[in-house]
Amino acid sequence: MAAAQKNSEGVSRRVLLSGGLAGGFLLAFHLPLHALAANEPVQPPDVTEGKFAPNAFIRIDSAGKTTLVMPQVEMGQGIYTAIAMILAEELDADFSSVVLEHAPANEKLYANPAFGIQATGGSTSLRVFWKPLREAGASARAMLVHAAAREWQVDPASCTASNGEVIDKKSGRKLSYGALAANASGERPPKDVAPKDPKDFVLIGKPLKRLDTPDKVNGKAVYGIDAILPGMKFATLKACPVFGGKVGKVDDSAAKKIPGVQKIVVLDDTVAVVGDHMWAAKKGLDALVVDWDEGPNARLSSNDIWQDLRAASEKDGVVAKSTGDIAKGLATGSRLDASYELPFLAHATMEPLNATVHVKPDACEIWTGTQIMARVQSEAAKAAGLPVEKVTVNNHLIGGGFGRRLEPDMVVAAVRVAKQVDGPVKVVWTREEDVQHDIYRPVYRDTIAATLSDGKIVGWKYRVSGSSILARWLPPAFQNGIDIDALDSAVDMPYDIPNFHVEYVRAEPPAVPTGFWRGVGANNNVFAIECFMDELARKAGKDPIDFRRAMLGKNPRLLAALNLVAEKSNWGEPLPVRAGRGVSVQPSFGSFIATVVEAEIDEQGEVRLRRVTSAVDTGIAVNPDTIVAQLEGGLIFGLTAALYGEVTIDKGRVQQSNFNDYRMLRIDQAPKIEVHIIKSGEPPGGIGETGTTAGPPALRNAIYAATGVALRRLPIDRSLISAGKKA
Amino acid sequence: MATTLTINGEQKSFDAPADMPLLWVLRDVLGMTGTKFGCGIAECGACTVHIDGKPVRSCMLPVGAVRDRAVTTIEGVGATPVGAKVQKAWLDLEVIQCGYCQPGQIMSAAALLATTPNPDDSDIDAAMAGNICRCGTYVRIRAAIKQAASQRQS
Repeated sequence: MAAAQKNSEGVSRRVLLSGGLAGGFLLAFHLPLHALAANEPVQPPDVTEGKFAPNAFIRIDSAGKTTLVMPQVEMGQGIYTAIAMILAEELDADFSSVVLEHAPANEKLYANPAFGIQATGGSTSLRVFWKPLREAGASARAMLVHAAAREWQVDPASCTASNGEVIDKKSGRKLSYGALAANASGERPPKDVAPKDPKDFVLIGKPLKRLDTPDKVNGKAVYGIDAILPGMKFATLKACPVFGGKVGKVDDSAAKKIPGVQKIVVLDDTVAVVGDHMWAAKKGLDALVVDWDEGPNARLSSNDIWQDLRAASEKDGVVAKSTGDIAKGLATGSRLDASYELPFLAHATMEPLNATVHVKPDACEIWTGTQIMARVQSEAAKAAGLPVEKVTVNNHLIGGGFGRRLEPDMVVAAVRVAKQVDGPVKVVWTREEDVQHDIYRPVYRDTIAATLSDGKIVGWKYRVSGSSILARWLPPAFQNGIDIDALDSAVDMPYDIPNFHVEYVRAEPPAVPTGFWRGVGANNNVFAIECFMDELARKAGKDPIDFRRAMLGKNPRLLAALNLVAEKSNWGEPLPVRAGRGVSVQPSFGSFIATVVEAEIDEQGEVRLRRVTSAVDTGIAVNPDTIVAQLEGGLIFGLTAALYGEVTIDKGRVQQSNFNDYRMLRIDQAPKIEVHIIKSGEPPGGIGETGTTAGPPALRNAIYAATGVALRRLPIDRSLISAGKKA
Repeated sequence: MATTLTINGEQKSFDAPADMPLLWVLRDVLGMTGTKFGCGIAECGACTVHIDGKPVRSCMLPVGAVRDRAVTTIEGVGATPVGAKVQKAWLDLEVIQCGYCQPGQIMSAAALLATTPNPDDSDIDAAMAGNICRCGTYVRIRAAIKQAASQRQS
């Protein structure tokens, strides 16, 4: 393995160099390739000794090097830059020289207040860390100012700070944060330090360049899948294609003959092949002859699952919210009923699932990219049979999360393989394995009944039926039969409706594991609600935007977004035949967004996206360019699912396997996208999932406008459109 | 099989079976991890490299078929004028989100601009439709290619 060692040294030099070349920003992600001695932890423990370390996020050494520890993970959403901007803003640090570090696994210091565990998801980062990060920065700044004032024997109020220095306003004397670090450590953290007045922001609100992107244009960025360790082996695996099935007999005689194959690992439900490189591992896996014990789910099909869900959704659910008098409301005016259905979806992150694991007799070290650091550590400990403190997790930049990396299964699987391997092993899933053993966005069915009187909704009864991801993923959050995620955007609907009733039916699909998918519960509810709003508007004889406007009186932020998008999208102006505009609005994730999709639909039901316009009030826009980028990308993500996304089950196994049959939207189908940000002084809302939930209903409503066909199921069904079937 | 390839202008010698896709030679034998594995069936473009300047999907290209031709990867494309322009445009317009597909996107874009210095939308569609981006950066990719095209050759 001398060759591998040599290679990792070569890569290592490049990575070490990259910090100083990264466009003026020093990026010191602690990447695996820094450490050539395999036993040495490569994401160094968070050493605070000899540094000014007033809280979990800020470390300043005597040379002034300011390290910001990132409590949330970077998976493309730009959160590292946003967190650094907020901390540096309040700290008055020199932003051009801050160093970012992934947080280590530490639930106490880095738990996401929204979940109580160390997790990045649900578009929560800025919503929950905005205040603590500002306070952390402001408090640290105050301690540095006090240390300087004490040194100069002046009133702290006569000092200010800027760019990593404290300045005595009267004399103009300066002390750098590095020079003050030792003394500031002795200062007591002040109580109730006021963060800056937003009018004094020098970083927040500016479209600053991202800190993580310079190394992403030249191949230097290191993702979990890029980890290289001396002596490392490579493996790929295959679980029983039928959910819940087991390994029966294995004939490995052909696999063992493949050059480079080192070892066959047979677990109870999974086989893996370990080799000198991924090619040997993959060829070896293909050559294994496995007789699977398919178990009780071998006859399961999508039809069965839908039949069960439809039956469950016709029963009463647990009442989540009821205001006014729903019986009276539904007896008033003219009534419309509908149901909407959403399919299983895979995440298909561009970086296939992977983890590199080195299991030693008394310790386990892991290199991966995860949205759940501490949970990965504890689940790996269970799998390795070690105490949790003996497991080290080195996190990485993430090549797409979308909720998939809120699960530890890829790490647990790698640990199970690594237990049978001497030295480190990188376990990489094939794309086929990724699609066929995802933890899927659940199927949902939503039933709605509403009544109209004088062009307004007077009664609204809504029932969500589907899997409770929270009940499995965060059991304490599942209370009284209510899944608050599954009801997101349904119980807090923006419209003013006098008689309002929402229920939840927990319906778990047999065998198919379900998990969070970008847009989480809001995805389902925004789709059903906004599609139904268009059907109600048509029944009331109203324009879809006018119809919504009349019921948004108590929601001025959303109303302003709707008015702006109407203007910017040229709403109401003539379009060619078979082209239409559709609108959707949502208050989800603390961001108020209105979106118009303009699409053209041919006689065969094929859809061409022409243009998407969004107007959003997301509170204080920490980095406006990132907000635009997240909406562009989120819209594409949602529109991809609306146009193509469906995982189906037959004979207990997933029928899709790779990008050839689990289709993605590509550049030649991408519409023009315009995003308009509404200036706001409110605290920041979430933005990573906002576009994903906004796109599908607006597209469906555009199809409705263009063709009169009211689709009630995703992905859009071209045959229904071409048949011209009206609801 | 002992093989020597010219990669980014440097001679690299290694042992690998002739049927091994170039992708795995780069990543697992040579430790050049900038080129990414995405699908293994040439459907996503994450593994795109240049062979004699032309974009190819390295996940399905047996290394034995490369022989004497020059390989350029994301680690080396910045040394070409067109590659440098593309990388700069990518940063100027802040194209990148998670970044995992972007080595492939940049390689495809650089190959396009090398043969078509002023591509129109249909040229961009044709050259870039083989590269999937799950973060949905397509709008900015299109704009960045146009910006790179508008920069004079330096």
